[in-house]
Amino acid sequence: MSTLHTVNKSPFQNQTLISCLGHTKAGDSVLLIEDGVYGAMSGNAMSEVVASMGANVKLFVLGPDVAARGIDAARVAEGFTQVDYEGFVDMAASCDRVQNWL
Amino acid sequence: MSKVKKFLYVNRKAPYGTIYAQEALEVVLIGAAFDQDVSLAFLDDGVFQLTKGQDTKEAGLKNFSPTFRALGDYEVTKLYVEQESLDERGLTLDDLQDIQYEDEDDDYAEKPSIIVVSRAGMADVMADQDVVLSF
Repeated sequence: MSTLHTVNKSPFQNQTLISCLGHTKAGDSVLLIEDGVYGAMSGNAMSEVVASMGANVKLFVLGPDVAARGIDAARVAEGFTQVDYEGFVDMAASCDRVQNWL
Repeated sequence: MSKVKKFLYVNRKAPYGTIYAQEALEVVLIGAAFDQDVSLAFLDDGVFQLTKGQDTKEAGLKNFSPTFRALGDYEVTKLYVEQESLDERGLTLDDLQDIQYEDEDDDYAEKPSIIVVSRAGMADVMADQDVVLSF
């Protein structure tokens, strides 16, 4: 029984990512998409809190949205796994439910 | 007859700044026609949707807050409100509308629809659903 959570807002814009991470269950997956991918970057004011709040979940980031924003792969924080669109579909199909955090 | 599914409508936005809150309520009312097990969740700024005393006359907006009190007639009787979200905003249950439903299994006794839960409790509610729709 697990949930795939998606977040599409930058953590510098609002609290959506923080709220999402505060409502996950151990073993859930969190996938950052669209402007949400800024939450997967290392070396910024949000990195530590994302890493600590996300310690009990699996963290993913959508590669095409990372590339679109010119974020170098080296700037994606450790602990995040990049997936492509096919991977996104597979995750959605294999979890019990998808919760989109808007 | 297909299996009744558990639907949760998640409300995280304040009522008038964007259309999300009003649209969510519209969807809930439409969805209520399908005889599913419906719950609503209010967290983050979503708790502002339930405050009493909303008066939109001068702002020229439609005050949809009374509609929450009609949800019981559509068998939507579970409104989960997150305690931490209330606390962060300096709100208590007294600041929210008194929303009740008539329990047809208990001689139509009036019972409160609002269920205050902790953040961890809200996570449990979310994890217990078949379908989660966010607004």
